Amino acid sequence: MEVFTSHKKPSSSLASLSNGVPTLPLYRSPPTLEVRLEDFERFAVDRLLVLRAISDGLARGKKPDEMGKLVTDLWKTHMRHPRASEDIDKDIISHFVLRLVYCRSEELRKWFLSMESTLFRYRFRDMNSDVHLALMTELGIPYKVVSQKEFEDLREQLNLVARSVNQPLPTPNGLYKVSFEEVPELVASRKVFIQKGYAYVALNQVVSFVVPHFRSHLSKALILTNRKWTSMIREQEKDRLTPIVEALATSYLGPDYCQDKEFGEISLKDIDQVARTSFPLCMQHLFNTLREDHHLKHGGRMQLGLFLKGVGLKLDDALAFWKAEFSQKVGAERFDKEYAYSIRHNYGKEGKRTDYTPYSCQKIILSTPGVGDHHGCPYRHFSEENLRAALGKMGVSSRALDDIVEKAKSRHYQLACTLTFEALHATSCDAGINHPNQYFSDSQKILKEKNMSTTA
Amino acid sequence: MTKEEAENGRDDMLIDNPEPQHKELDDAFPEGFSSNYLKLYYGWLFPHADMSKWMAYGNDGKHPACDQSYFGRREYSFTLENDIYVRFQSFKTANELEKTIKEQCPFKIDIGPVYSVDPAKRHAYSQSGDNIFTPVERELVFDIDISDYDDVRYCCSGADVCLDCWPLMTIAIKVIDIALRDDFGFNHILWAYSGRRGVHCWVCDTKARRLNNEQRSAIAEYFRVYKGNSNSKSKVSLVGPALHPFLVRSYNVLSEYFEKTLLCSQQLLSDERYENILDMISDESVTSELRGKWQGNRRSNANDINIVRWEQLKHLCSRKKTPGLRRCVEEIVFSYTYPRIDMEVSKHMNHLLKSPFCVHPKTGRVCVPINPDLCDEFDPTTVPTLSKLLREINTGGLQAEGEKVWDRTSMGKSIRYFKESFLQPLLKSCKEEMEASYNAKVQQSKNTLGW
Repeated sequence: MEVFTSHKKPSSSLASLSNGVPTLPLYRSPPTLEVRLEDFERFAVDRLLVLRAISDGLARGKKPDEMGKLVTDLWKTHMRHPRASEDIDKDIISHFVLRLVYCRSEELRKWFLSMESTLFRYRFRDMNSDVHLALMTELGIPYKVVSQKEFEDLREQLNLVARSVNQPLPTPNGLYKVSFEEVPELVASRKVFIQKGYAYVALNQVVSFVVPHFRSHLSKALILTNRKWTSMIREQEKDRLTPIVEALATSYLGPDYCQDKEFGEISLKDIDQVARTSFPLCMQHLFNTLREDHHLKHGGRMQLGLFLKGVGLKLDDALAFWKAEFSQKVGAERFDKEYAYSIRHNYGKEGKRTDYTPYSCQKIILSTPGVGDHHGCPYRHFSEENLRAALGKMGVSSRALDDIVEKAKSRHYQLACTLTFEALHATSCDAGINHPNQYFSDSQKILKEKNMSTTA
Repeated sequence: MTKEEAENGRDDMLIDNPEPQHKELDDAFPEGFSSNYLKLYYGWLFPHADMSKWMAYGNDGKHPACDQSYFGRREYSFTLENDIYVRFQSFKTANELEKTIKEQCPFKIDIGPVYSVDPAKRHAYSQSGDNIFTPVERELVFDIDISDYDDVRYCCSGADVCLDCWPLMTIAIKVIDIALRDDFGFNHILWAYSGRRGVHCWVCDTKARRLNNEQRSAIAEYFRVYKGNSNSKSKVSLVGPALHPFLVRSYNVLSEYFEKTLLCSQQLLSDERYENILDMISDESVTSELRGKWQGNRRSNANDINIVRWEQLKHLCSRKKTPGLRRCVEEIVFSYTYPRIDMEVSKHMNHLLKSPFCVHPKTGRVCVPINPDLCDEFDPTTVPTLSKLLREINTGGLQAEGEKVWDRTSMGKSIRYFKESFLQPLLKSCKEEMEASYNAKVQQSKNTLGW
């Protein structure tokens, strides 16, 4: 790849606007400078540390402000080069190295895309409005200025929107008109006024339409990099870069709990017992609902089904388990016809034949259960009353209960779950709960240790 | 109304003909659903040509800008007799589609997206591993099922509907239709009865068909106010010091139906039910005051008790100024009336949706289009059924020159609406867009030549 071989050129011209204001690179083209092999790896590792910490922050459900601070601190710690003028080179080089590392599968691309976009978002937020407008132009985002007359005509509605989301009232100069397609996030949260296909965006909201542009550009670029990687680079660089690239990816992949190797399998006869002792509340709730109603809607089937797969329930057992319940409600024949497919599908035996991974806390917390649904995170989606009742049923003492409910109220759902774990297992869990299957395996570990010590 | 005409026709016939023949006809096509009926339906009534014109979006013409492969890249899925489900069907031409439908006689036809390549040949492309086979266009669709409203309707449950709960669907059509047009700027929108328990919406503007999944999700989320699951009491939360203009406009529709229709038809504040609504008021002093007024109070007033109680509730909530109560009345109205969209269907390009003009196997009803301007008049219990349509064909006598068979049946009105109010304007703007993009291209190539 020409990236690593071409002549040295002053690339830092990218680093500032013409008036000398520092800006953000958009990583449109690979750097054209020489990179020493050890920098190649070291820069990448530094950036990876930043991205991993961002991923962790997201998984813990950190709020935007906390994320902003986290990103600023991380960037300072890991990405500052001893010579300030080379900060920008390090930024660009490390980005492009990780592109190579993370272009190589759908899953890797998805993760990288999500973390880089988050990183960009929070760095962008720290820039001033001159930079914002410059970047919008550079990204080629078509925006229109709202005329004074139009502003007057729509004033009432614009004010209504601003008040509904606690934004300062708009001023005619601080308002832009873009196609609603450019600002899906603002549309989804009803943070903008929309008329005839145009969204009216305040200057402090531009971040939400710059990020999707950044993201989609990066997404396309990753596919291209992947093609180049498989068609030439991997082979050409097999003695030099390929080992580094391949090692970088694997050394940092967290567990996905696809099939729990550690505890092997659980069998159907144990399932009620382990459900009671080691399932987190979200799964206990689904499990009990299924036992009572003999039915779960799609979201519930997915959340519980994949969890059970991760716990080690084999496909045949899973089919037997679901059938035993569903057939009481819909009959065995309808189960075979309508539901068995999706269970085999989860195990990668139908359709695309992908082996689906169990849902993480983050995914569950962000799910949107509707009427008659039982999936989701109880700490988020239950009313306080129901949460208290459910925790009581689990055997949480009333003192711990208040703490848990308090955490859930202040929207620290995973902390609430961690506290529940600690209360039930009479032990501390410093790592926190990030995944229902982690809850399960940690719980089993503790219970086994306890068993050992009592029998010994 | 066509339906009345049809029935009048039958009445006339009763007078003209001796009774036995009428009976004979009923015997010939008793109510129900069968593959024999369906064969006749697909043979005589299903608007094959118009459906294909729709699916081609103008690409079936002679214009040089037409994409001749467009029609053939659309996925159809058939549900055949005995629940055999065949996905990824595709057809090169309108004739091929019509022929296959008539031969296979599917109980249900689902329409999927237009893919980058012919979906029937997707395996040939899957080897390369680069995701070449991917959806590129799909109507923005909405699916609303009345079974999702079971906690706010008391007349029916599950898949059943009646005229008392159907207004919930009317509300959904009104709220969503106006927002799609005024807020999002879409023009080519088709609403259809799903044949049993709900409605489907197809937004067909070019812009809508090219939305990516993220943009689809955003629109679906824009429409969502309903949060929480079976385990939380308050289903709707309207936070913030003001309501978004979209919600304000929607609320005007909702409150009218709530007060004029649903409050009484569903007896929402009757003795057995008022607790459900009181549950949604967070201020204990208000609920106990209302409970005190309502308990054991069975005055046979001239006014409906539901309305009297609703006025009392509104009065009391507006008098108290506690923050929790500010949105209480709105939240109740939203909970009981606001559209509940099946989000997943709208969010993804590759979701399939039942084709309009299919016949629902359980009800025998045809999935006819609904005119949103006249949606108040739509009555799901009187939509044409398969057997009724076949009877109407049989009684109609000889076919006149140039007359379509459906013109004689109660489906004529639906097909005319589909053609004149939906299809023709849609194709007109497809042609204009095609012309414009072609001219732009020609202009561009001229410019480059000039260089």
